[in-house]
Amino acid sequence: MARMLMKGNYASVYGAAMAGCTAYYGYPITPASEIAESAAALFPKLGRTFVQAESEVAAINMVYGAAGSGQRVMTGSSGPGISLKMEGISYCAGAALPCVIVDIMRGGPGLGNIGPEQSDYNQVVKGGGHGNYRCIVLAPASCQEMCDFTFQAFELADKYRIPVFVLTDGVIGQMMESVVIPEPVKELPDKSDYAVFGTPLNKNLVNSIYIDHDDLENWNLELLKKYKAIEKAEVKFEEYMMDDAEIALIGYGSVSRVLRTVVDDCRAKGLKVGLFRPITLFPFPKNEIAALPGRGIKNVLTVELSTGQLVDDVDLALSGVIKSDLYFRLGGNVPSADEISNKISELYGEVK
Amino acid sequence: MKKTILKKPKGFIDVYKHKAGAEKDRTHYCPGCGHGILHKLIAEAMEDLDIVDDTILISPVGCSVFAYYYFDTGNFQAAHGRAPAVATATSRANPDKVVISYQGDGDLAAIGGNNIIQAANRGENIVVFFVNNAIYGMTGGQMAPTTLEGQVTTTTPYGRNTDTDGYPMKMCEVISQFTAPTYVERVSLHDAPHIRKTRAAVRKALQNAKERKGFQFVEVLSTCPSGWKMDPVKSMEWVKEKMLPLYPLGVYRDKGDEARVINRPVPIMEPATVWEKLGISADADVDFPRGDVPEQYKKMSIRVAGFGGQGIMVTGQALASVALEYGYNVSWLPSYGPEMRGGTANCSVNIQDGVIGAAEAVKPTMLLAMNRPSLEKFEESVVPGGTLIYNSTLIDIEPTRTDIKVFAIPITGMADELGNTRVQSLVNIGAYAAITGAFRVEDIVSLLPKLFKGKKQAIIDLNAKAVKAGFDFVKENF
Amino acid sequence: MADAKYPRSEVNLDKCKGCGLCIAACPKKVLVFSSKLNSKGYHYAEYTGTGCVGCGNCFYNCPEPDAITVYLRNYDPEKEV
Ligand SMILES: Cc1ncc(C[n+]2csc(CCOP(=O)(O)OP(=O)(O)O)c2C)c(N)n1
Ligand code: SF4
Ligand code: SF4
Repeated sequence: MARMLMKGNYASVYGAAMAGCTAYYGYPITPASEIAESAAALFPKLGRTFVQAESEVAAINMVYGAAGSGQRVMTGSSGPGISLKMEGISYCAGAALPCVIVDIMRGGPGLGNIGPEQSDYNQVVKGGGHGNYRCIVLAPASCQEMCDFTFQAFELADKYRIPVFVLTDGVIGQMMESVVIPEPVKELPDKSDYAVFGTPLNKNLVNSIYIDHDDLENWNLELLKKYKAIEKAEVKFEEYMMDDAEIALIGYGSVSRVLRTVVDDCRAKGLKVGLFRPITLFPFPKNEIAALPGRGIKNVLTVELSTGQLVDDVDLALSGVIKSDLYFRLGGNVPSADEISNKISELYGEVK
Repeated sequence: MKKTILKKPKGFIDVYKHKAGAEKDRTHYCPGCGHGILHKLIAEAMEDLDIVDDTILISPVGCSVFAYYYFDTGNFQAAHGRAPAVATATSRANPDKVVISYQGDGDLAAIGGNNIIQAANRGENIVVFFVNNAIYGMTGGQMAPTTLEGQVTTTTPYGRNTDTDGYPMKMCEVISQFTAPTYVERVSLHDAPHIRKTRAAVRKALQNAKERKGFQFVEVLSTCPSGWKMDPVKSMEWVKEKMLPLYPLGVYRDKGDEARVINRPVPIMEPATVWEKLGISADADVDFPRGDVPEQYKKMSIRVAGFGGQGIMVTGQALASVALEYGYNVSWLPSYGPEMRGGTANCSVNIQDGVIGAAEAVKPTMLLAMNRPSLEKFEESVVPGGTLIYNSTLIDIEPTRTDIKVFAIPITGMADELGNTRVQSLVNIGAYAAITGAFRVEDIVSLLPKLFKGKKQAIIDLNAKAVKAGFDFVKENF
Repeated sequence: MADAKYPRSEVNLDKCKGCGLCIAACPKKVLVFSSKLNSKGYHYAEYTGTGCVGCGNCFYNCPEPDAITVYLRNYDPEKEV
């Protein structure tokens, strides 16, 4: 095992390097700057490209160029920077280019602050940019997952030719944990069917324009097919103490770690509480959440660092069959386990 | 070889297969449009320089958005203004290719102004063909940054007013401010002799690019008969009469033989070499055997707090690093944010078997308070039966809790005695080892070279002394 | 002397958009607008049939890739592949 103590932000770049990412393009922003910094430190040692772009807009368009050239490529940022990238992400989606974007969420709106929040959920999970497109969104909750999910993000990106987000918050980005570095990839996928190398091997074209209305409609339907296939095959979630649970706590990223502690605390008091943690936010584990009432869950409490973005998807999945509640903190505040336990008692005092 | 015929150059695709609609044998450009003239010069040069299969062209957003219909090269269509960014990455990925960023004046000088400036300043190995037609053609004739003073466009219906709209932007002058560009020239398409000069400039830029000689910028004064609402022949005259006086033609930069060849590294992908280059090794793990650790110290949630500069973060990281080598799961979380600048600092460390939940030590099993405000702020949070270590050198009050174990240790004083206040962190680690029984001194000492990678042996030795001092103090006094 | 047929300019009448740039650029004034319209509705350019000196102006001034071909003085159809 190659075990190292490192920050989540660094772990992500190690995962990328092991996945064969050959280019990093990014612009600094707290709390994601260490992603750029670690890429700047690691990539030159491997003869790989690191460019500090002039803006997030430039960075994502560089990603477009590199992805279209057949490279495994990545960028990282946070709230305001992600907002700026949206047009470029839409272009990547429209041109079916694989790439990886790491978003270490911070407080908003506007300049907000650099504390942890989860308020990029809507812009990242629902598209954010223009047009009918989706990105796969992976939500790591530990430094090991920052490494592993970034690695997997490249695999998924290539499998579906789609932009993949690694979405987490400042807590996971800034914290250090032990990370087992995966083996570097031995072989990269062959992209000669679409990547532009100059020399014509294929259509030799990367674009997202379909001037003819029918052509664009058909292309959208193609994309939709791909998104449906992803929804079928790539849903990931984690459960903790859910088998006999009557209350399900739902949260992702750093919140899910607090919720795990809450579950332990509640179980110690004899409360049948479990944790359901979505790992993929798109595809969202909607069928699994829809199945919760049938498994004996009486109440669902969604906890997030946003005013109710994740809970919208939870509610859509539950479609009103059982009571769903929301607890959130904002502005960089992270709820303590006690705070959430108290909320549980307040809401479901009668459940034993 | 001397030409015997002038016909559609090989740089163009035979049949414009990517073009929508039925007319796959002619361009989408309006009659007399300058874009077409420049296209022909580029396509001819690519054929003559034998680079058609070694060229990647980035089409912008503007009337030349469909340049990719025509050029038999690799093609990208880029977002409005971003062609230089796309070209940057394309060129980095394909260092041996000629990469062309083809742009209009709205694309290059307005929305993409920063992108072109930065690509120029980085000296990317790309060729920029900048079509200055003093207007936005594609969107129906709005003002461009290059629109002339007094020129009527759909968004300057009373003529461009420099008080409200600023002055025409001179991009060759801007680009030639930077050190990196190799070749910068402004040319014009307004008559046959000038088209020949443009032809020469296009060829020179592409020849330089073929030799990977950095950033090439050719500004082409061009026409937009439709946007200008002028017939094509009159448009040519307008360029001569109105644009030339404002946009002087000529070479703004030519490094000539001084131009450097820009090379890019070859990515290392071989797995073993990747690990070696990054210093990753599968057998670097130490895996110390664990000693007898009392139940209460098996699952630790530790808050370390004090002033910035007291080694708070280092203490936390060192705790986690050492515990890791005993096979524990560990986490370290800094307080970050505005507090960081305010002088106080704290971090949370978890050391346990099994999955670590909440990372922040909201209810710590141990508090390590390095100054008085930290003691005051966090003492209450310690769980009953927990442990408090405080820095008795700097803290002149007594803790109030009676339900926790308290260790008053003159941490700063001991470090000072060793000759360097900065070894406080390792005094802390020594004390922690003595209190919890979780680490052995010799194990910690053996890890110091790894913890202080790149530091002088003297520093490592001093820290080893600090570990022992912290350990011995606890053993002797409690 | 080479075949009197060359030099010669040839307009591909269906691809011509009638912009007139070649006509304006021709030093010998041997290109003219046709009185007829092509399939796209343009009065296309035409070579009058004599007087071309093979300067190439019309070719380089023409924005269409394939609307004008100029056979230069040394053009020899036998040698073209
Ligand atoms: C983000 C964005 N903003 C605006 C547009 C609309 N738009 C398309 S082309 C164009 C201007 C093009 O002008 P120029 O670059 O001068 O090229 P020309 O058409 O004159 O060749 C604009 C504003 C767009 N496509 N994308
Ligand atoms: S609008 Fe202007 S720039 Fe665009 S094709 Fe027509 S003449 Fe050319
Ligand atoms: S080649 Fe020159 S002389 Fe001949 S038709 Fe063309 S412009 Fe006129």
